[in-house]
Amino acid sequence: MIPAVELRDVRKVYQGSPPVTALAGISLDVPSGTIYGLLGPNGAGKTTAIGICTTKVRATGGTTRVAGLDVATDAVAVRRHVGVASQAITLDRSCSVSDNVYYHCRYFGMPAAESRHRTEELLDRFLIADRRDAMPSQLSGGLAQRVQLARAIAHRPSVLFLDEPTAGLDPQSRLALWDLVGTLRGEGLTVVLTTHYMEEADKLCQRLAIVDHGRILAEGTPEQLKQESGSTAVIDVALAGDRVAARAALDGVVGVRDVQDTERGLRILVAPEGGGVPRVVSRVAEHHLTDLKVVEPSLETAFIRLTGRDLRE
Amino acid sequence: MSNRQSILASVLGLWARDFRVLRREWMPFMLRTIMNPVLSVFVFTYVLPRTGQNLPVAAGAGTMATVLVPGLIAIAMVFTSIAAVALPLSIELGATREIEDRVLAPIPLATVPLAKVAFGAFQGVLAGAVIFPIIIALPATEVHIRVASWPLLALMVALSSWTAASLGLFLGTVVRPQHIGLMFAVILTPLMFLGCVYYPWASLSAIPWLQVLVLVNPLVYMSEGLRIALTPDVPHLPMAAAAGMLFLLATILTMAGVRGFGKRVVG
Repeated sequence: MIPAVELRDVRKVYQGSPPVTALAGISLDVPSGTIYGLLGPNGAGKTTAIGICTTKVRATGGTTRVAGLDVATDAVAVRRHVGVASQAITLDRSCSVSDNVYYHCRYFGMPAAESRHRTEELLDRFLIADRRDAMPSQLSGGLAQRVQLARAIAHRPSVLFLDEPTAGLDPQSRLALWDLVGTLRGEGLTVVLTTHYMEEADKLCQRLAIVDHGRILAEGTPEQLKQESGSTAVIDVALAGDRVAARAALDGVVGVRDVQDTERGLRILVAPEGGGVPRVVSRVAEHHLTDLKVVEPSLETAFIRLTGRDLRE
Repeated sequence: MSNRQSILASVLGLWARDFRVLRREWMPFMLRTIMNPVLSVFVFTYVLPRTGQNLPVAAGAGTMATVLVPGLIAIAMVFTSIAAVALPLSIELGATREIEDRVLAPIPLATVPLAKVAFGAFQGVLAGAVIFPIIIALPATEVHIRVASWPLLALMVALSSWTAASLGLFLGTVVRPQHIGLMFAVILTPLMFLGCVYYPWASLSAIPWLQVLVLVNPLVYMSEGLRIALTPDVPHLPMAAAAGMLFLLATILTMAGVRGFGKRVVG
């Protein structure tokens, strides 16, 4: 089966002074019918990658195929296959909620009657029928994102691209959106989403690519990624005392994989089995420990190990 | 569905959307269309004559009210294209990125701006039709309209409204939302006052340098073209010159607008 989305050594350099390399050559396959996540900090190149797949951005090099069609030579046909909901609300502010969905159907060539029917169906399904006459400016962020989602799938695309779909949403709206995305996948839709929320990537996605500085650092199922990181716990300590002495105290401690300097102290990567974490903590405690944070082995620690930084940094 | 049919279906969708917005905003449409012509007619054919400041109208130009008719229709078209094409486009291409949904429709990229121009031209014709009876009926003095050829009138109306709409597209892709006020002051005001609206081009022979300078103004050819079709007894440019220049300017502005649009929406 051909992958829903296929990227081969895709590069993008934005001209300017200086030129900015957004993608430094990424290759990936999104299997049909999965939810695929691009996980990375802001500025990693995720949005550019989605822009290229949806014909909004022209790649500088490489090949991108969606549903087997080349986006560079077959852009019009590709647009029939993709649905897009961006991070920013791009709803047509001159049109009501229902008109946003209705005219989207018309732009895709659906006859008027069918467009009306499809709009009704989606308004009901996305629980926005009671706000049908509202203007986009009157909607909360969660509702507006739901309208964008309804609009994005109105023409029955085969791949849905969601750029940071839950950024800025309250926890309740976020859960509701996850539910919706899960249901859509159940109906055979392939979903590609970008996120910088670990939890979102972990719970929602069948496969993930960790992206930073325009490159893919690791790719696989969330479980694979967690294991590949060698089940490492990350201990961040803030120290008032001598860093060098603290480092020395960690020399030869069983389980310690790496020690890095941070602004306030040290970051210690440690194998948690056999009491690795308490061992490290007891060693650094003697060096005027002022603060301590332990991150259990997770996608987050995999991410920290691969990129050398926190998503929040 | 063939390729051409599916593009046509999408274009009909784009127009249906624009028509819906126009229908909801018909009141602002009427206000902005009527305001300038009504005040112009009021000042030039009532206030100035009543206050003893009669404008000497060039020989053979008939009454001031007659001179104003084609020019005010041209102004209405320009104002409409600015309000219906340039301003919304400037905003939709800007921070809100509202245009995105239409740009992602399964049609060649140029279709979206071209459909905008076509709908803008339609609104221009509508605006002209709305003010025509007003500027005929309102002046106290005689207005002398003589349509010698209806096909000629149709041609001039079509060329003028296309020129106005393509100017709107071009400005909409060039002017950033924060510079809209500046656009009115720096572009629209000279366009209006030096557009042969209040005087026929021939009368500028008294100021030769100005007569040459205004030839870069598209509004000159709109005013003069409509003058040929509606008030042929007022001195005017040769028909071929007006029609030819309108066609040329509209083509250039449309092409530049489509290019600018493409640059703005594709990264």
